[in-house]
Amino acid sequence: MQQIGVLIGKEFRLEWRQRYALNGMLLYIVSTVFVCFLSFSLRRNQLTPMVWNALFWIILLFTAINAIAKSFVQERSGRLLYYYTLISPQKIILSKILYNTLLMLVLAGLGFGIYTLVMGVPGQDMDMPLFLLNLLLGAIGFAASLTLVAGIASKAENSATLMAVLSFPVVLPLLLMLIRVSKNALDGLDRSVSLDEIGTLLAIDAIVLALSVMLFPYLWRS
Amino acid sequence: MKKHWWKALAVVIMTYVIWVGLMGDVPRQPILNESIRNVYFHVPLWFSMVILMLTSMIFAIRYLRKGRLNDDHVSVEFANTAILYGILGCATGSLWASVTWGDPWPNDPKLNSVAVGMLMYFAYLILRNSFDDELRRARVSAIYNIFAFAVFVPLIFVLPRLTDSLHPGNGGNPAFGQYDMDNGMRLVLYPSVIGMTLIGVWITQLRVRLRRLRDRLDNVNDSLPKAHSTAE
Repeated sequence: MQQIGVLIGKEFRLEWRQRYALNGMLLYIVSTVFVCFLSFSLRRNQLTPMVWNALFWIILLFTAINAIAKSFVQERSGRLLYYYTLISPQKIILSKILYNTLLMLVLAGLGFGIYTLVMGVPGQDMDMPLFLLNLLLGAIGFAASLTLVAGIASKAENSATLMAVLSFPVVLPLLLMLIRVSKNALDGLDRSVSLDEIGTLLAIDAIVLALSVMLFPYLWRS
Repeated sequence: MKKHWWKALAVVIMTYVIWVGLMGDVPRQPILNESIRNVYFHVPLWFSMVILMLTSMIFAIRYLRKGRLNDDHVSVEFANTAILYGILGCATGSLWASVTWGDPWPNDPKLNSVAVGMLMYFAYLILRNSFDDELRRARVSAIYNIFAFAVFVPLIFVLPRLTDSLHPGNGGNPAFGQYDMDNGMRLVLYPSVIGMTLIGVWITQLRVRLRRLRDRLDNVNDSLPKAHSTAE
């Protein structure tokens, strides 16, 4: 546990030292939101909830892929090798997933803030706690599945294209569930309606998390 | 002969399925009419595709545990055959859908899930091609194979059941067995699943052998010019 804490601290420090990457991601999400805003050339509150929702999650998906893709290329392979001699690979992947979850939460929070600022919120009776819970589950799922895929892609050359190709289909079930739950939250439906979907989301998160932790020890050896 | 009985079995079963499937009696259904015979071909294709993918994943796990390159060859060829079955399943489904639902590719969750699943396995093949080192390729693609199958299962078995689907057995539609499948059809459908799977295994076996031969040929070709140059 302590080791994981140290590793997460290391990730934060690394991020802080390479601030351009972090700033780049923040700017990425802000400018994507703004591009969407301009290309729909809207006054506020003109999108239907369906479009609003789908657009929001697509923006988050692309941000997540871009943000997490760098989690293994940021460090030189020699340094990664050094970590592997010190700690078990499970702890490394867990700390990376936790860190990426936090990163995703920050990005999603910022994205959500700006998105609602410029696009407005469709519908009056939005179920905010459910939406935020959904955002949290999404951040965990994205972080868990994309971290492993980033590890896989970093082993190959041309890893940027590969990252996108490998991760889209893998993330899709998660994304569909997220879109469905957040649509329910937007429409202010009763929470019991979304219980099934939230259960499935939790299950997908658990599967992806467990698989990442199980498979990563095989990955780093190569 | 002892080793090949299952090939004979596959041929016998598939002959039976094709003959009875096309000539036998089928229940009359309003929209389906004679196209209900497609159940014998379309449904088993998907069943055996999932079985082949499962086998591919099992060999991927075996490769990771034991590190024998042979398991990797078997794993990728099972995935290839599964992709072939997936494409055939899409084709037969498309035909059937244009007859009964009036649209070759209706916006149906099951179809979309399968399309995404196919994307996943195509990505697997692309991933394999992006490595030069054989061992590394085997290891990394085995990991992705396991991961992809684990995501594929909820995609194809759980998600379509949560939404409305045109397929029977989903979104409140009764399953096939409940109303339009009689026991006579079952007698063809289940053997068909077994037969298709056996054919799939057979295709895979041939492809694995071809791959081994090609590997050996490459090795020979690689070593020839070298031997020549050392002789000089």
